[in-house]
Amino acid sequence: MFDSFVAIVPAFCVTLGGIAAMTAEAFREPGERVPIGGLAVLSLIASGLASALLWGRNASSFGVVSADNFGLFINLVLVVIGLLTVIFSSAVLERDGIPAGEYYALTLFAIGGMMLMASAVDLLIIFLGLEILSLAVYVLTGIRRDSIQSTEAAFKYFLLGAFSSAFFLYGIAFAYGLVGSTRLEPIGVAVSGQGAANNPLAQFAVGLLLVGFAFKVSAVPFHMWTPDAYEGAPAVVAGFMSAGVKAAAFGAFARVFLSAFGSISADWTPILWLLAALTMIVGTVVGVAQTNLKRLLAYSSIAHAGYLMVALVAGNDIGKGALLFYLLVYAVTNVAAFGVIALLGTRDRANDDLKDCAGLWLRQPALAGLLTVFLLSLGGFPPTAGFIAKWYIFSAAVGAGYTGLAIIGVLTSVVSVFFYLRIVVMMYMVEQTPDPISPWTPQPLAIAALAVSVIVIFYLGLLPSRLLDLAAASIGTIY
Amino acid sequence: MTFPFLTALIVLPLLGVVSLIFINNRDNQKERLIRHVTLIWSVVVFAVTLVMWAQFDGNSAEFQFPERYRWIPAFGIDYSLGVDGLSLFLIVLTGFLTPLALLSSWESIHGRVRAFSMCILVLESAIIGVFASIDLFLFYVFWDAMLVPMYFLIGVWGYERRVYAAVKFMLYTLAGSVLMLVAILSLAYLNDVATGSYSFDLVKLYDLQLSEQVQFWGFLAFAVAFAIKVPLFPFHTWLPDAHVEAPTAGSVILAGVLLKMGTYGLVRFAFPLFPEAAVFFAPYLAGLAVVGIAYGALVAMVQPDLKKLVAYSSVSHLGFVVLGIAAINTQGMQGAVYQMLNHGISTGALFLIVGMLSDRRHTRLIAEFGGLKRVVPRLTAAFLIVTLSSIGLPGLNGFVGEFLILLGAFRWNPRFAACAAVGVILSAVYMLWMFQRVNYGELTNDKNADLRDLSAREWWTLGPAVVMTIFMGVAPTLFLRPMEPSVDRLVERVKRAQELTASACGRCDERVREPRSSQRVGVGPHAH
Repeated sequence: MFDSFVAIVPAFCVTLGGIAAMTAEAFREPGERVPIGGLAVLSLIASGLASALLWGRNASSFGVVSADNFGLFINLVLVVIGLLTVIFSSAVLERDGIPAGEYYALTLFAIGGMMLMASAVDLLIIFLGLEILSLAVYVLTGIRRDSIQSTEAAFKYFLLGAFSSAFFLYGIAFAYGLVGSTRLEPIGVAVSGQGAANNPLAQFAVGLLLVGFAFKVSAVPFHMWTPDAYEGAPAVVAGFMSAGVKAAAFGAFARVFLSAFGSISADWTPILWLLAALTMIVGTVVGVAQTNLKRLLAYSSIAHAGYLMVALVAGNDIGKGALLFYLLVYAVTNVAAFGVIALLGTRDRANDDLKDCAGLWLRQPALAGLLTVFLLSLGGFPPTAGFIAKWYIFSAAVGAGYTGLAIIGVLTSVVSVFFYLRIVVMMYMVEQTPDPISPWTPQPLAIAALAVSVIVIFYLGLLPSRLLDLAAASIGTIY
Repeated sequence: MTFPFLTALIVLPLLGVVSLIFINNRDNQKERLIRHVTLIWSVVVFAVTLVMWAQFDGNSAEFQFPERYRWIPAFGIDYSLGVDGLSLFLIVLTGFLTPLALLSSWESIHGRVRAFSMCILVLESAIIGVFASIDLFLFYVFWDAMLVPMYFLIGVWGYERRVYAAVKFMLYTLAGSVLMLVAILSLAYLNDVATGSYSFDLVKLYDLQLSEQVQFWGFLAFAVAFAIKVPLFPFHTWLPDAHVEAPTAGSVILAGVLLKMGTYGLVRFAFPLFPEAAVFFAPYLAGLAVVGIAYGALVAMVQPDLKKLVAYSSVSHLGFVVLGIAAINTQGMQGAVYQMLNHGISTGALFLIVGMLSDRRHTRLIAEFGGLKRVVPRLTAAFLIVTLSSIGLPGLNGFVGEFLILLGAFRWNPRFAACAAVGVILSAVYMLWMFQRVNYGELTNDKNADLRDLSAREWWTLGPAVVMTIFMGVAPTLFLRPMEPSVDRLVERVKRAQELTASACGRCDERVREPRSSQRVGVGPHAH
């Protein structure tokens, strides 16, 4: 009987961790210190181990959750994101007065939802995962209840997110109307049949699902919530959101569109092409005008979502492998970059403006150096992992014949380098402001996490073979 | 097994960087130690390049000291290195100029000396990597990697408008190279279509038969990236800012070696990979080159700033190199490759001298100088030799290169050669006029009265460069002979394609009517 639960063990571990965190918080005496962060780390590690053990087994639960290698790869990405987030959070939660128990519980529930969404092969379960992660993330965005900016950001995110979830659900309804089932496999079979290409039901379903996904991955023109949400949320939450939500959403996106609706790709590929191009262009061009670090990274996230969509447009095997590799690299880099921003702040001042970075090299050289590496990786400079990831994605695009999209991609990369460099210029080449940010007390665990991130980035930049092969091997099982 | 010279050359500077990490320079106490350690590493690298040269077989056109390891098999990317006559001397030049650049910054760079030295060493490693790579992916990695330390060198240790210059340099060069990235990806993909294996290996890609359409766009993509680097008019606007605002060491390496990466790219990649397109574009390249020669010279003539004058003279001189390449014959190409070395040494030396003058007076304006011969006669003497070398006086190195280029260009297209020859006169005008204003005449400015002459360190900095300008002028065959086989092979490869086009003119009409979509070989999500 337990065999049928095997595929959801990773999500289950994390959810159990969340429940344990809530319980620990409930029974905690005021002022008593309970290592809830450690609890979170344990549950994440357990989940990661479970995913590793499930590798290659293609387990399936109830026909709706499939722990195939694709889903397990994304699970591992999510575990990495979770670990980094928890480590950075532990450094800043006390400082910012954020309730630890609720925070960790919500984070773990969100990760559980993300894992579910990435491994689901049924549209309703995808929706379930989507809602679990969304609700947790909405609350996390507004978790600093004493900040009006946070509350506003959370509210905006919630309203727009609820709207897009409605679109998504409507799309599921159309898909059900088309096929009589919400499972991806029957949908794929029905859609590849005769006459499916011009079936208005199928087209509606695709269109509405596209809207839902596009919102979640912050594709243009559904991206308007992203800068506000990232700016209002605490920096560690913004990092978590930018990486985790995208990982889960792109996982489901790839499954639904490349596998289920893959046969009618001639219908949706041109639209996706346009969305990808717009996203890359708008994300980078508007990002140039930003002066707030979190907003800047928000627009950079939008641009990276564009690059990931290029992989979906390409749709070939290289594209799917590229998607997975890029997700991992982007996740590590982005969470770490937001982590650095989080470490720069204090209780009263978020210190997330561009001018707060002035002269950072002289005050905190290690932090400046680490942030530089992350920015170079986001910009796609060799020998960082970001370069290999972009290379992989553009290879896929060129291989599938979308050279134009590749050209747009590389040119927008150059534009994005401009605003990444702006931060570097501030740190190294501008004199310190007369009102410098207060000295930073080094948090050893956070430093270790940042150092490991840098090592991973350079390792994947110089010797990416192992991971590339792993990613390429994972996609064979997609569906 | 032969000693892995090329990997050693790439790794040695990085080992230097690692060794510097262990020298903790708190309170700037260890500045001298850091400078000496860095200098020793760079001299060791130079020594290794000389040993490699000694073991180089000057009769072979093959890639020598080859090293190949599987790197990313999924993409057909290998860690593949090799030198031939075209790249050998550029690597030696890099090894030669880096210690000189370090020596020149001995007194002028204070503060964050360790980071400065690390930047120079990483830059050296990346530049050698560019010249040594024969795998397109590896080449691109080093090409982009080179931008980061140069950006920091200009932006952190430069002069007043350094941030603007650094960002301009970075973005301009990057914009060109990303288009090259798409072209490289397309080449690998086309190789896959043609031979069934995805590969970035240059030797394999040389044999790829590409349609005219593909060659046109591919050449354009590569040529734009290299034209920005050279810099070819009108892509040169980043150069004056970058050169002027960079610290002396940065300018020496930028002018001496970095600009050569553009011309090297043309002869190593753009011309042999797309031979028919190269033949088609050659007149346009030559035209832009000639315009650059004249334009660079005329603008240099009116510069009040010494460093900017030398920067524009670079635009002018490298126009000659591109003209030689565009001629696609042995003399032109050999002259071009030789002139790359000459320009590196003479312009590098010019920047060293300008740096010495600006260190003493903290100004680079020509009007501030005058009559320096009376005060610093030895510096003036070295200045004179380098200026004459830059002009192309027979007996010095510049003459050999320019003469070969003009000869090759004349054989190809006399009009271009005639225009370029006018450029020789113009370069004499602006250089000699500048030299006269700075060194001869009355001592117009009292602040110049007590400048000190060359110190021992400065002798060591300028001396090798001056000696090389004379040596390369009287014994050019030492350098020309090893280049010959590679240059001949390159010319032959491009000419062969030209002949194929000419002989196939009977089928010309069919080629012209080839549909545009033919390069997309039926792919996309439905392809399999």
